[in-house]
Order: sequence, then structure tokens, then C-alpha cells
Amino acid sequence: MYELTNVTKKYDQGKRSVTALNKVTLSIPDGQMVAIQGPTGGGKSTLLQMLGALDRPTEGTIELGSADLSKLGQGPLGEIRAREIGFVFQGFNLIPTLTAQENVETALAPLGVPTAERISRAAAALDSVGLGERGSHLPAELSGGQQQRVAIARALVKEPTVLLADEPTGNLDEQTRDEIMDLLEGLWRAKGLTLIVVTHDSAVAKRAQRRLLIKQGVVKDLG
Amino acid sequence: MFVTYLRRELAGRRKQTAIVAIGMALAIALVIIVNAVSSGVQLAQSTVLASVYGVGTDITVSQTPAAPTEGEAGAGGPANFDFGADAGATADGTTTVSQSRLSVDRGTTAFDATALDTVGGIDNVSAAAATLSLSNTTFDGALPDFSAGTPQTGDDAAGGTPPSGGPDGAGGSSFSVDSFTVLGLDPAAEAVGPLSAVSLTDGRSLETTDAGTNVAVLDADYATTAELVVGDTVAIADTDFTVVGLVTASSADAATASNVYIPLDVAQTLSGLTDQVTDIYVQAASSTDIEQIQADVETALPEATVQTQSDLASSVSGSLSSAADLVKNLGLWLSLIVLAAAFLIAILFTISGVTRRTREFGTLKAIGWSNGRIVRQVAGESLVQGLIGGVGGIAVGLAGILVINLAAPTLTAGAATADPASAMGGPGGSAGGFGQAMVEATTSDIVLQVPVTLSVILIAVGLAVLGGLLAGAIGGWRASRLSPSEALRSIA
Ligand SMILES: Nc1ncnc2c1ncn2[C@@H]1O[C@H](COP(=O)(O)OP(=O)(O)O)[C@@H](O)[C@H]1O
Ligand SMILES: [Mg+2]
Repeated sequence: MYELTNVTKKYDQGKRSVTALNKVTLSIPDGQMVAIQGPTGGGKSTLLQMLGALDRPTEGTIELGSADLSKLGQGPLGEIRAREIGFVFQGFNLIPTLTAQENVETALAPLGVPTAERISRAAAALDSVGLGERGSHLPAELSGGQQQRVAIARALVKEPTVLLADEPTGNLDEQTRDEIMDLLEGLWRAKGLTLIVVTHDSAVAKRAQRRLLIKQGVVKDLG
Repeated sequence: MFVTYLRRELAGRRKQTAIVAIGMALAIALVIIVNAVSSGVQLAQSTVLASVYGVGTDITVSQTPAAPTEGEAGAGGPANFDFGADAGATADGTTTVSQSRLSVDRGTTAFDATALDTVGGIDNVSAAAATLSLSNTTFDGALPDFSAGTPQTGDDAAGGTPPSGGPDGAGGSSFSVDSFTVLGLDPAAEAVGPLSAVSLTDGRSLETTDAGTNVAVLDADYATTAELVVGDTVAIADTDFTVVGLVTASSADAATASNVYIPLDVAQTLSGLTDQVTDIYVQAASSTDIEQIQADVETALPEATVQTQSDLASSVSGSLSSAADLVKNLGLWLSLIVLAAAFLIAILFTISGVTRRTREFGTLKAIGWSNGRIVRQVAGESLVQGLIGGVGGIAVGLAGILVINLAAPTLTAGAATADPASAMGGPGGSAGGFGQAMVEATTSDIVLQVPVTLSVILIAVGLAVLGGLLAGAIGGWRASRLSPSEALRSIA
């Protein structure tokens, strides 16, 4: 359960100050699938950073469960990210020198999971995204869709409560887009996650239970 | 995970790893070689010094000659040979005269032997021995026998008999002057002094019971030149000495301090320098005491010149000293510069690596990696790169040392003895001329042998670790400052 109250985020761009989020008040119940839409520069990624505990707001509070993300230091925020939040990025963001299997394992490293368990859980996660046979491949040896599957496995291997995706299909063709969205939707249903997807694509947004439009830092709930 | 990631990074970014490691390897190899050559040169210097001053001599005490007063004869003065009217043996109209004098070298001053007790009584002096450094000069001459010639009377003035006699039978003369160095030393003091550094090649060394007897130990090279062997006699100051032993410098290529070694008391008596010595050799209880002893000796014996091993090292001349200077100056700077360059390369590559991997580290932070974990990863990568360089550097360095040792460059070294006489020398000339002996006694050819010491290897490993950690710390610090939101930065 997310509870955002009057969240404002300002960035300093040289002498100017840009208000990326302007007094956003919002609540997202557990298990909901939300699509965030809006024009470029509207504040979608900034909102996702606030939800993902990557950065703190300039003003306002963000509660995730019992924790107030706006008040915590880097250490505790990192622990929340490690345990509770899975990320999927537009550019996949896999570590280029690590194999698919090892990339998935990186998500378990900060949790202190014993080596044998880490290996078997990562292999199972790869299996669940249909890449059980590709564990030893480097990212460069995989297609875009396959890389995004590895990233999804990496996000879900720790069994988070929240999955945040910033334009997860932005770099993929239509067919792969649908496959990835089918996968995400299936995993969301199976695991009871809160799934928040930033997207330009109305075909993607249509799959969500709820749509938010964000323009010039102001959120409009489209229901 | 740490090890896997580290291995993958280093293997996956081979070019960067290779450049950093090669830079580090070259620098470390250079440091190893410069270091080893420098200790090789030091070793050579101490070999030269040991052959002259003996092993374990930390300090020598001598006395600078005072400016000679006019007309003063005796010590330090030119050798005078006075032949009385009846000197020499006459046969066939030729008088042969031969006289041998034992005296202190020019430029050397003998001083009272009680100085030895003074030095021996100074704190932390573990051994002290005194020597009397002398030179034996023999004048051999053959002259026409004037007394046997026809009296030069007025009647015969015109058309008198031409001069006859002499070595050429025509009234000419022939002289030769031969000189060798003689060192009087206390046969009981074995621990310190010139004879402590030599090895016996034949016969025996001087022993305590030799005091007061006419026995001599010869430098083997000198013995060869003078065609003397153990059991022969050698004349010193017109006195016959039995040759009891031959010695060479422990390092085969250096000459010993003197041509002839005889008991100190005999040397004092023959040279007329009763209870006088020219040099005192001092061994300190520990190398940390040397300065204190030097100061104390200078206070106790204000007239004395007190020199430590490092003062003595500076007296080593020849290409050995050029090598020492080269290593000290150029080698040191060169290795420092290359080392700094290698560190800089390692640091710059690490920083550029971190910058290139901004999104990678941002992503790892976004999925919950702590700063500490990321810093450790970056530092670990740099450290291993440094260590690879270190291992390579040690290999290259050892190979370099091997090449130097195989090439075995020969350096010449002249060690000025405590008395400046050798530097002044006399007119050189045919074998046995003035000065020649001194030069022979102190110039050596030293084959440079470069040692490999554990400390050099440890220094190399230390530098590799230092370079790696330095680069890793700076790179890690950069990585720790990255924001996790870098993960979301759209790819330009
Ligand atoms: N790190 C940053 N520093 C400065 N300005 C930023 C930063 N991130 C975003 N902004 C600004 O905030 C605004 C919203 O950006 P963003 O949330 O990325 O929009 P979107 O994802 O909807 O395209 C933009 O004007 C952008 O320039
Ligand atoms: Mg964006």
C-alpha cells in the first residue's frame, strides 16, 4: 500500500529549478496494476523514482507499508529496495560481463542468501520467464526480448511486494512487447504483486486496472 | 558473487585490465631492477672497502698531517738516503750500495698508540685495532768506485785515464728504487682491521705469538710480482723477514690493503716509530651506535680524522662510483616517475571505468546493493589488476636482474685509503716504482652482481597493492557517489 501526500520534487538545472512533481497526493493499494502515462518530461520517471525509493522528495511524504520513504537515509532505503521492490528498465540494464544466471543472482547478493540457494532460486526465476536454457549466455548473446525477460527474472527472484517498470517495452517490437506484457501480467496475477508500469503505449496501458496521467508534474487519475 | 563478478569484469574488459597491469608491471620491474642494482653497487662498494679496511669496520680513525714545518725531516718527509764514504761493497771497480728504509707514507701521520686505548674505552665500541701503515723503499745502486780510480793529480790532468769501473765499465752509474707497502698490525686483534677481510691462500696468518718476531704475510698478487713464496725471506728495512703466509681479498677481484703485513711492534721498532700508529679500525656494537661513537672519538681525539663506512663509501672512485651515482640519481628518479605514471594510469582507467559503468552501478544500487558492496567491488578489481601487474613486474624485474647478472658488467673501483698518500702517489714507472704499489693495492675490478632480496620482492608486492588500493579507493569513492536513479537515466 502506497500513500503519497503532497509529494513535490524539484531539480536544480543550473540556475533554474524544475518542478518534476507538484504536490502529488495518491494512494495505491497492494496488488493493483497501475499504468502511468503522459508526455515526455511530464514527470513519469520521477514519480517512479519516488515510488522505488531511489530518491527522496523535496517535500511531502511517501509511505510504503509502515515506512516513510521521504524520511529514511540511504542505507535503509537500500534495504527496502533490496527486499521489497523489483525494477524493470527500458534499457534492460543487465550487467554486460555477467551471464543471464549471474545477472539474476545479483538481486540476491544483498540479501545474504547462501550460495547454493542463490543459484537454484536464480535458475528457477530464469525458468519462470522461459529462459531456463539460457543461463550461461551473456546479455549481448540474447535478443532484446530475452534480455528483458532476464531483467524481469532479476526483479522477481527476491519475491518483492512491488514491481516497478519504466517503459519496459519501449525498446521492443510489437510482438515482443505483447509477449513481455503477457509475462508481466501473468506474474502479477500469480504473485499478487503491486505492478506499476510507466508507458507511452496505450496498448500497454489498456491492460492495467487503473491509469494515471501525469503532465507537468501533476497527476490525474483516469480510473 | 564478489569473486564471480570480479573475475567476469577482469576477463570481460581485458584491454583495460592489460593496460593497467602492464603499466604497473613496468613500473614495478623498474623499481625492482633499480633497487637490486643499487644494492649490487652497494655490495660492490662494501667489497672494495672491506678489502681495504676489513670486514666489520664501521669507523676508521687517522690523523690528518699538519702542514710540515720548513726543513722538517722524518715522518711524511721525502725519503733520504745517506751513504757514507765506506758504504757499499766494492768489487771490480764498482761499488754497489743498497739501503732500505721503512717510513710512514707521505701524507700520513703517525700518532700515539694510546689513542687505541682511548677509542677502545668509548661506549659501544665492540672492537678496535691499530695499524701502522708504512712504505719500504729500497735504493739499489751501482756506482763506479771512485776510491779505486787513479788519483787525479795535476800531472795526469791532460790525457788522464778515462773513467772506468761502474756497471757499464765506463764510469757510469745505475740506480733502482723499489717500494712496497708494509702494514704493521697487532696479530692478536683478529676481529677487526685489514686482515679480517682476507683469505689465506698459502701458509698461515699472523698469530699472537708472532709479536716481536720477523715474520711477514704477503698479498698474494704482490708475492707473485716479487717472485716470493712461503718460506722465502723478504728484506724490510734491511732486516730479513720470513714469509709465513699469502693472502688475497675475499672477493677474488679486489686487492688487499697492503703488500706486506708484519707484527705491529716489529714495524714500530724498525721504522723508529715506537708506540706510534697511523690508523685505528673500530667496530661498533650496533650500526645505530656509529654516529655516537664517531662523535665521542672526535671529542676524545680532536686531532683525529674519523670516518664512517658511509664516508668511506664516498671515497670509492672509478666506474663503480659512477654507477652508484647513476643508480642513486637517475635510477631513483626514473623509477619514481614511472611509478607515478603507472599509478596515474591505474587511477585514470579506474575512474573512466566507473564513469562508463555509471548505469551499471546505478542499477546495482537500485536493486539494493549497498555503497560498501559496490566500493568493495571496484576496489577489488583495481587491487587484482595491481597484483597482476605486480606479478608481471616481479617476473620482468627478475628477468632483468638475470640479464644483468649474466652480462656481469665489470666496474673498476679505486678506494682511497684513509691516508691521502695513495691519491698523491709518486711518479709511476716501471714495476715497483713509487706510487705504483699504492695504486695496485687499492684499485680493483669488481664484477657487478645484482642480488635478489626478499625485501625487494616485498616492496614490489607492496607497491602493487598500494597502487591497486589507491586506484580502487578513488574509483570506489566515485562509484559510491553515484545515485541509484542513474539506473533510470534514459540511454542517450
Ligand atoms: N536528475 C535530474 N536533474 C535535473 N532535472 C531532472 C532530473 N531528472 C528529471 N529532471 C527533469 O524533471 C522533469 C521530469 O522528468 P522525467 O520524470 O524524467 O519525465 P518523464 O519520465 O515523464 O519523461 C523534466 O523536466 C526533466 O528534465
Ligand atoms: Mg522517463
